[in-house]
Amino acid sequence: MKRSLFGRLWPNVTAVILFVGFVFPVYWMFATALKPTGDIISEDPVWFPTDITFEHFQRATGVDHFWTYVSNSLIVTVCAVAFALVIALAGAFALARMRFKGRRGFVIGFMLAQMAPWEVMIIAMYMIVRDASMLNSLLPLTVFYMMMILPFTILTLRGFVAAVPRELEEAAMVDGCTRSQAFLKVILPLLAPGLMSTSLFGFITAWNEFPLVLVLNKEAESQTLPLWLSSFQTAFGNDWGATMAASSLFAVPILILFVFLQRRAVSGLTAGAVKG
Amino acid sequence: MTVQTERPPSGPVDVAKTTPGRSGGGRPATGKRPGALVPYLLLLPACAATVLLLGWPLLKDVLLSFQNLNMAQLIQHVTEWNGVENYRQVLTGEDFWRVTLRSILFTAVNVVLIMVAGTLIGLLLARLGKRMRITLMMGLVLAWAMPVVAASTVYQWLFAQRFGVVNWVLDKLGWHSMADYSWTSSQMSTFFVVTLLIVWMSIPFVAINLYAATTTIPSELYEAASLDGAGVWKSFTTVTMPFLRPFLYATTFLEVIWVFKAFVQVFTINGGGPDRLTEILPVYAYIEGVGNQHYGMGAAIAVLTILILLGLTAYYLRIVLKQEEDEL
Repeated sequence: MKRSLFGRLWPNVTAVILFVGFVFPVYWMFATALKPTGDIISEDPVWFPTDITFEHFQRATGVDHFWTYVSNSLIVTVCAVAFALVIALAGAFALARMRFKGRRGFVIGFMLAQMAPWEVMIIAMYMIVRDASMLNSLLPLTVFYMMMILPFTILTLRGFVAAVPRELEEAAMVDGCTRSQAFLKVILPLLAPGLMSTSLFGFITAWNEFPLVLVLNKEAESQTLPLWLSSFQTAFGNDWGATMAASSLFAVPILILFVFLQRRAVSGLTAGAVKG
Repeated sequence: MTVQTERPPSGPVDVAKTTPGRSGGGRPATGKRPGALVPYLLLLPACAATVLLLGWPLLKDVLLSFQNLNMAQLIQHVTEWNGVENYRQVLTGEDFWRVTLRSILFTAVNVVLIMVAGTLIGLLLARLGKRMRITLMMGLVLAWAMPVVAASTVYQWLFAQRFGVVNWVLDKLGWHSMADYSWTSSQMSTFFVVTLLIVWMSIPFVAINLYAATTTIPSELYEAASLDGAGVWKSFTTVTMPFLRPFLYATTFLEVIWVFKAFVQVFTINGGGPDRLTEILPVYAYIEGVGNQHYGMGAAIAVLTILILLGLTAYYLRIVLKQEEDEL
C-alpha cells in the first residue's frame, strides 16, 4: 500500500513540531543561563545566545550556603538510596526466590505502599519529627526519603532477582556454596545493572523531593537544593539569568543520568513491576 | 545457615494480616525447618521501615485530625482532643467542597489531556521512520527527566510578565493585549500554566510506554485483519485498541494518582494563588495546616483527601489487587 505524499509528510511535520514543543523549555533554560543580561531583558527575545557568559552561574553559586545545600542534597540522597537498596535487596530476594505463607500479602502491601500520598501526610510527619526534636536535621529527611523509594525498589529488584536463572544458584550450591555465599558470589554480580537502574530512580525521587524539606527544615544549614531553587525568584527579584543558571545546575545531573540510562531503566521498570 | 532461636519476626499478627481470607490462619512452620523463618527475617527490615515510617505517619495523621491543635497547643506541647469537631468544621464549611470539586475537575482535565495527547503521540511514534522516532523520543525523554522544581521555575520564566517569551509570541501573533499579561493574576490563567506544565511533564511517560506496548503487537494480527478486508480504522479498533486497553487503564490510574497529588507544581507556580483560588486538596491541607497553623484541621483535610483519592481509584485498585492475587 503506497501512501500519498501528504500521508508520508504529516507524521514527520507533526513530529518536528512536537519535538520543538517538548525541547523548547529545556533549551530556553540553558540559553537564558548562558546569555548576557542585556540579551535576557531585551524587547525581542534573542533566540540563540551568541556571546556566551558564565556570570549567571557565578551569581547563582555565590549565594550564601550554596555548597551546604549541595552537600546536604548529596548526603541525604545517597544515604537514602543506599539504605533502601540494602533493605530492599533482602526483601526482594525473599519475595522472588522463596515460598512462604503471606508472600502475596507482602507484595500487595508494598504495591499499596508505593502509592502512599506523601504530599498529604506532611503535617503528621512534621509533628512526629518535632516531637522527636529533630527539626532542621538531615536524619529525618534521609529516613523518610528512604521510605519513599523503598517499595518501588523492592518491587523492581524482585523482578531482577527473579530474572537470574535459578540453575546458576543451584549449581553454586552443588559446588559447595551455602545459600548466602551463592547469593553474594553468583546473584549479586548479575544484579548489578538492576541495582544501577533501580537506584537511579530512587536518586531522582530523593533529589527532587520538595514538600517535606520545605516543612521540616527552616534553617539554611539543613536545607537542600530544591528549596534553594524555589526560593530563587523571591530572593533575586527578576534575575532570570541567575534563576535559570540555578535551574540548569540542578537539572543537569538528572538529565544526564536519565538520558543515558532511560532505556535500560524503563525496561527494568516494566519487567519488575509487571511480572514477578 | 544460622538457626534462629528468636520468636518469628513477623509474628502471628502480621501473618494473619497478610493472608486475608485464608481459613485456619497460617502460623509459619516454625518447628519443621530452621530455614522456614529466613524469608520473614529477610523481609523484617523492609516491613519494620514501612510500619514505622509510613504506617506511623498515617496513623498520626488520623490521630491529629481529632485534636484541637493550633499555635498555642503546639508551643505548649499539650494534646487537646476535640472529637469530630475538625471534621464538622471542614465538612460544613463551603471551602472544602469548593476545593474538592476544583481538585476533581483539575485532575479530570489534566488526565484526559495527558492520556489523549500521550496516546496520539505514542501512536505517532509507532508510525514514524527510525531517525525521526529517535529524535522525538529524545525530546520526550528530556521533558520527562526535567526535575519538577526546575521545570516549574522555567515555566515561570516562559510565562513571565516582562520579557517572557510566551507573551512576546502572543503579541507578535496579533494578540496585543497579551503583551504585558500577568499569568498569575487570575485563576484560569494560573491553572492554564500549571496544566501545561503537568501535561508537558507527563505525556512522555504515556507516549513512550504506549509506543513500547505497540511494538509487542504481533504483525500477523494486522495481516489477518487486512485479509478480512479491514481498513486502517477498523484494524485500529479491532487489533490495536484491544491490545492496548490494559495498558491504558493502568496508566490512567497512575496519572489520576499523580495529578491529584500535584502539590509541587501548583505550589511553586503560584502558591495556590491568586487569592487561594488555585488551591487543590493537598495544597489546601498544607496552607490550612502548616501555613495558617491549624494543624488539627489540616490533618482532617489530609485524611479526607486520602479517602477521596481512594474513592477515585477504588475501582481500578480492586482490579489490580485481584489480578495480582491470581497471578502470584
